[in-house]
Amino acid sequence: MRLTNLMQTVLSGVLLATALVFSTAQAYTLEEFTFDDPAKFNEFHDLIGKLRCLVCQNESLAGSQAGVAEDLRKEVYRMLREGQSREQVIAFLTARYGDFVLYEPPIKPSTYILWFGPFLLVGFGGWRLLRTLQRKKSEPEQAELSADERARLNQLLAQKHDHQDI
Amino acid sequence: MRPSASRALIPLGIFIALAALLFYGLGLDPRTVPSPLVDKPAPAFALQSLKDPGQTLTQEVLRGKVSLVNVWASWCPSCRQEHGELMQIAHEQGIQVIGFNWKDTRPEALQMLRQYGDPYAAILFDPDNKAGIDWGVYGAPETFVVDGEGIIRHKRIGPIDRAVWESEILPIIKRYRSQ
Repeated sequence: MRLTNLMQTVLSGVLLATALVFSTAQAYTLEEFTFDDPAKFNEFHDLIGKLRCLVCQNESLAGSQAGVAEDLRKEVYRMLREGQSREQVIAFLTARYGDFVLYEPPIKPSTYILWFGPFLLVGFGGWRLLRTLQRKKSEPEQAELSADERARLNQLLAQKHDHQDI
Repeated sequence: MRPSASRALIPLGIFIALAALLFYGLGLDPRTVPSPLVDKPAPAFALQSLKDPGQTLTQEVLRGKVSLVNVWASWCPSCRQEHGELMQIAHEQGIQVIGFNWKDTRPEALQMLRQYGDPYAAILFDPDNKAGIDWGVYGAPETFVVDGEGIIRHKRIGPIDRAVWESEILPIIKRYRSQ
């Protein structure tokens, strides 16, 4: 019991140290980007979180340690410092790297199926479901058994009864 | 076939179509991102020559004939892998290959050329990724085919080997060389 406690203490210490090391590393990479206006810093932070790093595609520009991501962070920082708008930064990057740098693809003919496809499918499924339910309602299932079916049912029930006796 | 039986096949048909689509998707390489620069003029640049720091190279080096612009660096293993193929392309097939030395240092880049040979007609030196961003470079090696008017016609992401050269790049060079 005592040993387990010790292990837990050591383990949580290690975890805490790891978390601290990584959080300082993260803070360090963004510390070099200073803005006079806190709103601008938030804008910068938000923007690099929504841009994809092309080298490690599951990371945003904010989170990636790749060299290219670092260069692009600096470029976005420079453009915002120069007073360029969010739209200008996005236009700059998509002109060079394509829509792929955006985590949220723009709405245009080639992405219609992506944006509206799911709604179409849900709509079609819902329509089919409603139609089926209405048809079921208008022609209720036969509740009464015919004479033949009743006879067969009795026969089956009797058989089952026999088995239980054995 | 009775109508209800053929209707029962609809979900199966949808399933097969979806499976085919997803199977096709498995064969695609997610690292290959199409470049928006294809069929557009090559971005302007003014970079030092790798070999002669006093010389400035601009997009004018691309004028007049079809060239390959090959993005490389000494730290990139795949660049070393394709180097022999580039030597062959430049020296035996007479294609103008322009080097685009990217995020590298001058001594290490020159060392690599001394060791493996130099296929390049001219080499742009871009240690800080200045022109690289304009060209949409996100890794090495990458190779652009630029026609005689300075318009980018193709972008290859990843190393060039004999098969890639013959099936992917040579047909494009032939098409634009004849114009």
